[in-house]
Formats: sequence, C-alpha cells, structure tokens
Amino acid sequence: MKSLAELQAIKDKMKDKVVIREGASSTRVVVGMATCGIAAGARPVLSAFVEAVNEGGLAQSVTVSQTGCVGLCQYEPIVEVYEAGKDKVTYVKMTADKAKEVVEKHLKGGKVVTEYTVANCE
Amino acid sequence: MKELSLNILDITENSVKAGATLTEISIIESGDTLTLTIKDDGCGMSDEVLKTVENPFYTTRTTRKVGLGIPLLKMAAEQTGGEVKIISSAAPDNHGTTVTAQFYKNHLDFTPLGDIKETVITLIQGHPDTDFLFIHQTDAGEVKLDTRELRVILEGVPLDTYEVIVWIKEYLNEQYQLLVNI
Repeated sequence: MKSLAELQAIKDKMKDKVVIREGASSTRVVVGMATCGIAAGARPVLSAFVEAVNEGGLAQSVTVSQTGCVGLCQYEPIVEVYEAGKDKVTYVKMTADKAKEVVEKHLKGGKVVTEYTVANCE
Repeated sequence: MKELSLNILDITENSVKAGATLTEISIIESGDTLTLTIKDDGCGMSDEVLKTVENPFYTTRTTRKVGLGIPLLKMAAEQTGGEVKIISSAAPDNHGTTVTAQFYKNHLDFTPLGDIKETVITLIQGHPDTDFLFIHQTDAGEVKLDTRELRVILEGVPLDTYEVIVWIKEYLNEQYQLLVNI
C-alpha cells in the first residue's frame, strides 16, 4: 500500500536537490498538448519522454514540458527540442516508441533522428 | 478522441489556461450513467463567449481556449443520448467555469473512459503549480487524489518531481486495484 510516509521520504530526499535542478537544464523537450495533439496521441508521447529522460539519468540536463497548438495540426503529435546554441529540432507524427528512440539517439547520443523530423515529412 | 479520458485532459487544460488555482474533476458512475464534472475557479467566460464555445468554427487568437474541445466532448456525450452543460461567470463575479457532461454507458456509441490515471498524471506533470482534486466514484467505491494534501507533505518539493510523479502513478494504480477487488 502506497503510504503518505513514503511521500514524506521522497520529500526528505529531494529537498536538497531542488535548488540544484532549477535553471540547470540546458535542453528543453516541448510536447504539443492542445486538442489536436491530444487527439493524435500526445499523451503517451509525453509520458514516454518523462520516463525515458528520468530513467535514463538525464533529469539534470533535460526538462520535459507541455505547450499548446504549434500550428501544424496535421503533423501531431509534435515535439520540439531546444538545445542551447543549436537550431530547434521539430519531430512530427511521434509515438511513444519514437520518443524513446529520440531520447536515446538525440538527447543521449547527440545525433538528431532526421527521419522523424518535420523536414523529412513532406 | 479515442478515450473519454483524453477529452477530460483537453477540457481541463482550458481550466488551467483560465488561470484556475484549483480544478475539480469528478467522474460519477452510477448504473448506466457516467457524469463528468470539471469545475474550476479560473477567470470564467462572458455570456457572449459562452454562447460560442459549442461552435467549432468559432475560434480566434485571443480566445484560444475556444476550439474543438467542447464540440468534441458534446459530440461524445450526445451520441450516447447524454448532454453537456456549461455554467460560467466572468468578471466581476469570477466564479469560474463548470462543465458537466452526462453519458449513457450502455449506448453503442459510448466512448470508453480509457486511461484516466495517465490523464491525471499528465495534468499534474504539466501544471505542478496549480491544484487538482480528482474524484472517481463507481458502484464499487471511490478513488480520490487531492494535490493540496500532497503539497502539504512535500513542503516545497515540486509536484512534477519525477519521484513524486512515480509515487502518484503507483498510488492511483493501487487505489484502482482496490476498487476492482471489492
């Protein structure tokens, strides 16, 4: 049974880390979560990014957040990756599996998965 | 939308955009009916805007929250013989917005609720600074999650901390297992 005491323990563990995390992220992953994104399957994509980034030990350098409609509804679910000093990368028609691949190859390996980008989708 | 829980995610995003500090999501299943209520304390809508939210072809940049969200929910409810009601009050009253949708579960065109736990998690992960009260009642019992209670225990540790999100996910899983086992 999940207890509130367990949550208390998480708090005690995280309390010191909070200060370090703020502002430390250099990479932002943004998932479009407007009606168009949600209907196209953005929820599992977001969930996959959150899990893969944290389980992959990238929590210190990568934040995963949600945004509204990006304006390319036919290509949803859309994910944008912002890295300091680099051009924005826009991934389109994403799935949970593609999300895991992007975390592995792009966020960890530094290599953009070009086959999933908007430039390759025409 | 393939799941009702996706409509719920979509509509609740409107509440957050309306500046709600607390959004209550309640799902009451009783016999053949499912009643969904999403109630927020956000900025509310004027009568003029309220009249247009059900029209899918009314959308402007300044009222970005108005789009396909409500029409899709309305369609999902009405195709089961149910309905959607929206009560809202804008300034100077600022009582927020309450969306109520009624569904008939035995109707052929009822959209299954789907993964409501993921919807709750997604909302908390995306909006850790606002509060959500989630209540799901069925004939077998009740699942409840109040982020205000979690916040008291967490003492400033953000709700979107991964360890906290995982805890909430497991907590909800357990609550639902208990519900099924009764």
